[in-house]
Amino acid sequence: MKAAPYLLCLPALVLFAGVVIVPLGMTVLLSFHDWGQYKGIEPVFILKNWQEVLGDSYFHEMFARTFRIAFFVTLLAAVFGAPEAYILNRMRSPWRGLFLLVILGPLLISVVARTLGWALLFGGNSGLVNKALMGMGLISAPLPFMFTETGIVVALAHVLMPYMVLAVWASLQRLDPQVENAAVALGAGPFTVLRRIVLPQVMPGILSGAVIVFALAASAFATPAIIGGRRLKVASTLAYDEFLNTLNWPLGAAVAVLLLAALIAIIWGTNRLVERRYAQVFA
Amino acid sequence: MPFLELEKLTKSFGGHNAVDGLTLGVEKGEFVALLGPSGCGKTTTLQMIAGFVEPTSGAIRLGGKDLLAMKPAKRGLGIVFQSYALFPHMTVAENVGFGLEMQGVTAAERRTRVAETLELVGLGTFASRFPRQMSGGQQQRVALARALVIRPQVLLLDEPLSNLDAKLREGMQIELRQIQRTVGTTTILVTHDQAEAMALSDRIVVMNQGKAEQIGPPHEAYERPATAFVANFLGKTNLVDGASVRPERISFAAAGLAGTVRTRIFQGNHWLYQVDTASGLVTVIRQNTGEAMPGEGDAVHLLWEGRA
Ligand SMILES: Nc1ncnc2c1ncn2[C@@H]1O[C@H](COP(=O)(O)OP(=O)(O)OP(=O)(O)O)[C@@H](O)[C@H]1O
Ligand SMILES: [Mg+2]
Repeated sequence: MKAAPYLLCLPALVLFAGVVIVPLGMTVLLSFHDWGQYKGIEPVFILKNWQEVLGDSYFHEMFARTFRIAFFVTLLAAVFGAPEAYILNRMRSPWRGLFLLVILGPLLISVVARTLGWALLFGGNSGLVNKALMGMGLISAPLPFMFTETGIVVALAHVLMPYMVLAVWASLQRLDPQVENAAVALGAGPFTVLRRIVLPQVMPGILSGAVIVFALAASAFATPAIIGGRRLKVASTLAYDEFLNTLNWPLGAAVAVLLLAALIAIIWGTNRLVERRYAQVFA
Repeated sequence: MPFLELEKLTKSFGGHNAVDGLTLGVEKGEFVALLGPSGCGKTTTLQMIAGFVEPTSGAIRLGGKDLLAMKPAKRGLGIVFQSYALFPHMTVAENVGFGLEMQGVTAAERRTRVAETLELVGLGTFASRFPRQMSGGQQQRVALARALVIRPQVLLLDEPLSNLDAKLREGMQIELRQIQRTVGTTTILVTHDQAEAMALSDRIVVMNQGKAEQIGPPHEAYERPATAFVANFLGKTNLVDGASVRPERISFAAAGLAGTVRTRIFQGNHWLYQVDTASGLVTVIRQNTGEAMPGEGDAVHLLWEGRA
């Protein structure tokens, strides 16, 4: 009888092992193999790739860019997403559903199509926004957007905003409206209620949304590939290039594994922090 | 003119009147209990006074001023919510001190007043706990402290003692009554416990389906219930030949309504009897004075004042 739960878990476990653990293990192994322009991949155990990834300033810069972008995307998503969720939560019945759809809409459109749209709006001299701004005489030269970090950050923040909104919204729905009323009855104004009562209570929601957005932004591929192009590489586009253009699979594997390890470390660290900070408050 | 006036106060939720034309005047310093069964509109009434539910019609005045025109944050009422509504991310001391902070009381004075009030509700050692780390009864007392500490002009208490054990509840009742007497705070207490209502209040309002069935001093409502609902709600009552008789007013005598004791239950300070009579089953309560009492199956005669 005791075996039943384990047996029931078995299919999912097998699937998980087959599609996640095994390929991951193989990628880790791959990162220790050798590679040469002419000899291809050699299944030996060396640290060359790791020394390169960890020692070369090119990779340092690239990883720094990756996490800088992820950080600012998370910040933007939090600054815009949290108020968005709050407003959404205060809307009345027909509007709430409508605007939820508007917010979730981006999730329903392919990232590639959406990002290409951004590129059309902001790309170079012919970009619609630049044309309009220059036409009105507000700017003399086109705003740089394509192939800039700012461009990637803005586009990614838009793409990932729904995850933040959903995470914050979920925690807003758990709030007891009477708690806000209690603060009001004690003389708190609307802004005080927001800052002292609502915000601290949805902080766990904002942080969990931030973890999701950060992880997705750091490992995003399509958006940085389209907007950053080959000039402005991030970890995932670099790994892709190593795999498919240079064909240096082991080096690409090392980049991918390092990205994964760094993300796990950051997410785990944040989680620990959140748990320690909020354990006694929100059991 | 009463200090707090509710005039034909009505609230309907989708066609159903939760509160239905309630008119009530509360004098300054008076302790009034809203008493009634679950769902009769007690909380809704309180929330309208507090400003969190908008009346469908009617008026509320406090000290002659229109309360409905005033923002809830400006009404200066001390409220204990039925669900406590403590701030979960603040410690007990921060919870209790919040209202004082909003009033701009200095940190030093805040500390002493918070400590005093927590002492008053018996939670002196709990100041640095979070609400989640406390029992329901302890949380309820924090809610009470949070309302008391700001010394409001009106206290609205929505079942503030419902989660306390009998002994603690009695202690808190005495405490509440004392505070109310010494400070003279006008208080409206919502409860569905008739004993609590009668023990604490100057007047009770017995509510049923959004209407006030009777408003008056507890003993008056008990002795002269205006309706059958009030009579039944305020303790046990017998309907004998069309008249309502309280069980403790009936005594065993040599002559009177003849009957047989069906059951006898000992309840410490009194005995509870069910007696079969020609007029139906009659409940009798007799003080336990240590004397011998009729047993089950004994033939008895029942007598009470005013029996025809
Ligand atoms: N927001 C609401 N929407 C619809 N109906 C409501 C709402 N709030 C209360 N009601 C209804 O109004 C009636 C009175 O509710 P209220 O909460 O005032 O009862 P109560 O006397 O406080 O009961 P209890 O003793 O159970 O707390 C109930 O029938 C309830 O279903
Ligand atoms: Mg209620």
